[in-house]
Amino acid sequence: MSSLFQGRRGRDPRLPPGQYDVGSSWPVLTAEATPNVTPERWSFRVDGAVSEAEEWSWDDVRALADETWQGDIHCVTTWSKLDTSFTGVSLDALLAQVEVDPRATHVVAYASTGYTTNLPLADVTGGKAWLVWAHEGQPLSAEHGGPVRMLVPHLYFWKSTKWIAGLRLLDHDEPGFWERNGYHDRGDPWLEQRYQGD
Amino acid sequence: MADRPLPDLPDLPPLPSLGDLPPLPTLDGPPLRRPPAGGARREWQRARVVQVRVETSHARTFRLALPVWNAHVPGQHYVVRLTAPDGYRAERSYSVASPPEDAGHIELTVERLADGEVSGYLHDGVRVGDELEVRGPFGGWFVWDGRTPALLVGGGSGVVPLMAMVRHRRALGLDVPLHLVVSARTREDLLYADEYGEESTVVLTRAVPPGWARPPGRLAAADLAPHVARVGEGATVYVCGSTGFAGAAERVLAEVGVPAGSIRVERFGPA
Repeated sequence: MSSLFQGRRGRDPRLPPGQYDVGSSWPVLTAEATPNVTPERWSFRVDGAVSEAEEWSWDDVRALADETWQGDIHCVTTWSKLDTSFTGVSLDALLAQVEVDPRATHVVAYASTGYTTNLPLADVTGGKAWLVWAHEGQPLSAEHGGPVRMLVPHLYFWKSTKWIAGLRLLDHDEPGFWERNGYHDRGDPWLEQRYQGD
Repeated sequence: MADRPLPDLPDLPPLPSLGDLPPLPTLDGPPLRRPPAGGARREWQRARVVQVRVETSHARTFRLALPVWNAHVPGQHYVVRLTAPDGYRAERSYSVASPPEDAGHIELTVERLADGEVSGYLHDGVRVGDELEVRGPFGGWFVWDGRTPALLVGGGSGVVPLMAMVRHRRALGLDVPLHLVVSARTREDLLYADEYGEESTVVLTRAVPPGWARPPGRLAAADLAPHVARVGEGATVYVCGSTGFAGAAERVLAEVGVPAGSIRVERFGPA
């Protein structure tokens, strides 16, 4: 028998099971080529199970009251970034401007690249999800999803769609890009919902 | 459960039919691999280390015999889980380097990272005959099934999943167009240095051996353009490497006219 694995001592209780602290760095994970989206070309659309589809420009979104969220983010590839911050607007503020059909249960968030991810509506409402344009006070870089990405920090970070372009409200769950490719439909890091069937 | 029909929904405006909505954008068509209906639960299993090969001064390949072996698609990965005596666990994902024709086994090439909690243990603590807990294969996007033309662009240990693709093509004697461009700092840093044949191009960025035709330097348009032409339009381009490498490779590919929609990327490491 070879030496026993000991691992790092002094484990931080903010880390969900199987995660490690990436420290001050912030890994980049993408499936596709990084697009060049400028604020002038960026927009955000909400459609599907709403009485009328709505679209916001960069200026529309920046005119809303911003919020800074501070906390921990967790990537399914097992890194976590602790005590970091993002600035943006709550999705509640945008959804308040449309009439959501009471039968809406899920959303598909999508990026201008064609990336999609599915979420229960309850996971993006009630102060749990934002559109963000700044990280720790600095503009969000393109490789991290800038100019605007979604932030859903209580779920694995693939749910926090980079280059967010819209949200489609549905009366059913429809798997997104990684979810069709073997990853979990919800992705709660504290339940280690990494892959389908977890 | 009652057999009688559920009552109708109260009077609500009908939901718009999805057919009336513009289709959502998609990433380049349907994925090549979907989990079986009901989920593709892959259970943890204990694999035996049957060989450890030194690839470079900082990379080793672990050959594992799996009790439950599912053929992977080249490009897929496994998760390795280490458990300390007190129950503390650490997990990392590693691409499979071996082709699916190597039945019953997988080979994982692990680069030793500075202060790497898992890679350090794998390098220093694991010997032939040990058991490692693994789970997989996973991943349905960064995969090549051997049917479509492909250009593979790898930097450093990013070549690992691409080597599984090259080995798969060789094992089956496929003639589908494929070319690998692999970038390393020096020849000493190059993984699988003896395996690159006529389907491969090696780019050395820092130093070259005597007589090496290409001067040292980062991946450039001239390194990719001829191979983009050779694999042809409609080829899928697979880019794997560090964030810096992947970003640079994406820019070079754009420069030589490769559409963003045909590029699949796997990145690792900090920004």
